[in-house]
Amino acid sequence: MSRDNVILGPPSELASPISPRRLDDDIYRPLESFPTWRWWIAISVTGSLAMLFGYCVWITVSKGIGTWGNNQPVGWAFAITNFVFWIGIGHAGTLISAILYVLRQTWRTAISRFSEAMTVFAVFVALQFPLFHTGRPWKAMFWLIPYPNDMSVYQNFRSPLEWDVFAVGTYALVSIMFWYIGLIPDLASARDRAVDPVRKFLYGLASLGWVGSARAWQHYEKGYILFAGLATALVISVHSIVSFDFAVAFLPGWHSTIFPPYFVAGAILSGFAMVATLVIIMRKMFRLSHVITTTHVELMNKIIIVTSLMVGYSYVLEVFMSWYCGREVEWFGTITRAFGSYAWAYWLTILCNVLFPQLFWIPAVRRSAWITWPIVVLVNLGMWLERFVIIVTGLYRDALPSSWWVYRPTWIDLGLLAGSFGVFLTFVLLFCRFLPTVSASEMKAIQPGAQPAAGGEHD
Amino acid sequence: MTKPAARDIGLVGLFDSPDALLHAARMLRDAGCARWDCHTPYPVHGLDRAMGLKRTPVPIVTMTFAFLGLASAVVLTGGLSVLQYPIVIGGKPLFSWLAFVPIFFELFVLFATVSTLVALIVLCRLGRWHSPLHDSDIARLVTCDRFAVVWQGQQGQSGQGNQGGPSADQVRQMLQDAGCTDIRPLVELDEFSTEGPQ
Repeated sequence: MSRDNVILGPPSELASPISPRRLDDDIYRPLESFPTWRWWIAISVTGSLAMLFGYCVWITVSKGIGTWGNNQPVGWAFAITNFVFWIGIGHAGTLISAILYVLRQTWRTAISRFSEAMTVFAVFVALQFPLFHTGRPWKAMFWLIPYPNDMSVYQNFRSPLEWDVFAVGTYALVSIMFWYIGLIPDLASARDRAVDPVRKFLYGLASLGWVGSARAWQHYEKGYILFAGLATALVISVHSIVSFDFAVAFLPGWHSTIFPPYFVAGAILSGFAMVATLVIIMRKMFRLSHVITTTHVELMNKIIIVTSLMVGYSYVLEVFMSWYCGREVEWFGTITRAFGSYAWAYWLTILCNVLFPQLFWIPAVRRSAWITWPIVVLVNLGMWLERFVIIVTGLYRDALPSSWWVYRPTWIDLGLLAGSFGVFLTFVLLFCRFLPTVSASEMKAIQPGAQPAAGGEHD
Repeated sequence: MTKPAARDIGLVGLFDSPDALLHAARMLRDAGCARWDCHTPYPVHGLDRAMGLKRTPVPIVTMTFAFLGLASAVVLTGGLSVLQYPIVIGGKPLFSWLAFVPIFFELFVLFATVSTLVALIVLCRLGRWHSPLHDSDIARLVTCDRFAVVWQGQQGQSGQGNQGGPSADQVRQMLQDAGCTDIRPLVELDEFSTEGPQ
């Protein structure tokens, strides 16, 4: 398969390259037409779930986190599971937009904007959970961020939780900035295409007066690749630091040196699964199947196979190390994980994350969007369960058998989980409606014939 | 409301292919034009050299601020742990720098990225919403699929009047020689008194 085919799919999928004007028409159509009835139905469902999230947050804040199922010894449960899950979802966005950009994988272009947007929304949703887990979110800023104060009391910079504040805070900001930089040229296109003066004004305001000057492009391109390089290192550091929340604690099942790479691979797996889940629907809903082709779905599925094997290797190695280290307490942790009260979740995790993705070895499966969809949804489920298993089974059989306890979520826990999907998907739907879901300027730049044949070799 | 009067402030040559644009850019560069620019819907490879642009200072800004961020992290963690409130945690030295590496790294990235964004806004001259390209109805073409060479200078003037560069007629001739068939005037509406792009 040649590189050009990788970008736009095999020639059979696309008879001729797309002209820039047609590309613009296709990409900006959802912005410029009245939402379809499908969109209204979708947003009313996700909007209702988002309201459920708001209601559960209201109860959590007004009555306290005693309304959650957490209790000793399971001090962390749904909220931290959701936090790690959503941060992981966000990571694929950065991987696609930054790492694949640095590696010059041009096929990323068609899905990078969408996954960056997904990153921003997922990180926003993720941040809610530790914030409300503090119990008093309006005071959380004073506990989390070092600021000069009369008491000379500061955060413990040796704590992984404080590392998390810096890592996730930086990640949230960098994701938003990276996304916005990429959007500027497309916002300018949206401005120039807009007929309605209000839309023209708003897109114009957001585009900061971009007119595609070559002098500006020169700085822009350099800045963009620097951003991509920094984001590449950042994304790996963020999930490593999230894994330190567990790995640095002296708990069997948590205290493990394999956690950072294991978490990063898991984040990529879950993130790609989420990108595939949403993109498969989005490209149908907004008629972009010729831009985001089956080949893109296939390439994402290939990455899912690779990361699924990495995650599978980590599962095996975790069990092996707990036996090989010779400590009874480690082996006990593994046994309670695999055969205890949450055995169903453990085995479902392995089934969803390691076994189902192996179906993608069959070309017909990974090239079919409709068979891919249920598999990637199961991977999403599996990755959520993986974090749940790590957190809850690491805690519910602690060193004091008298305090052993089986955690059950309350309806508030379940409402916050369902609601977080509502908030996330509402943002995604609004994004699809108001901003270009595919980076039009980058797509134009990689079309055949878009770059000069001579390429400036005269100088 | 009456439409404000338009003033001629230069020429725009529109091209349909990046190769032709590159050719025209080299001609204008070699002729020593003072105030001119190219406008493209996407970054065109080799255009910076064809226009004779200097290297962008963005990496220098990024690197400077990255190390400034690193230094600020060292001061933040070390200063607070050693000077402001020295307290032994876990029997470790007061400045146990290995435990602070995550914070060093995150502030390194944070400063580097924020400064890159600010540098881009300043260097790309973003935040200047008015451009004669809008008045001349060119912007909607160059953000879609056409390539423009934009030259600013007075009609009929040459030499000193155009900062030593060629006159309007010479620029028009150069654009035609480069194969440009769509040459339009660059106009600015009188209600604006800015100097236009770049």
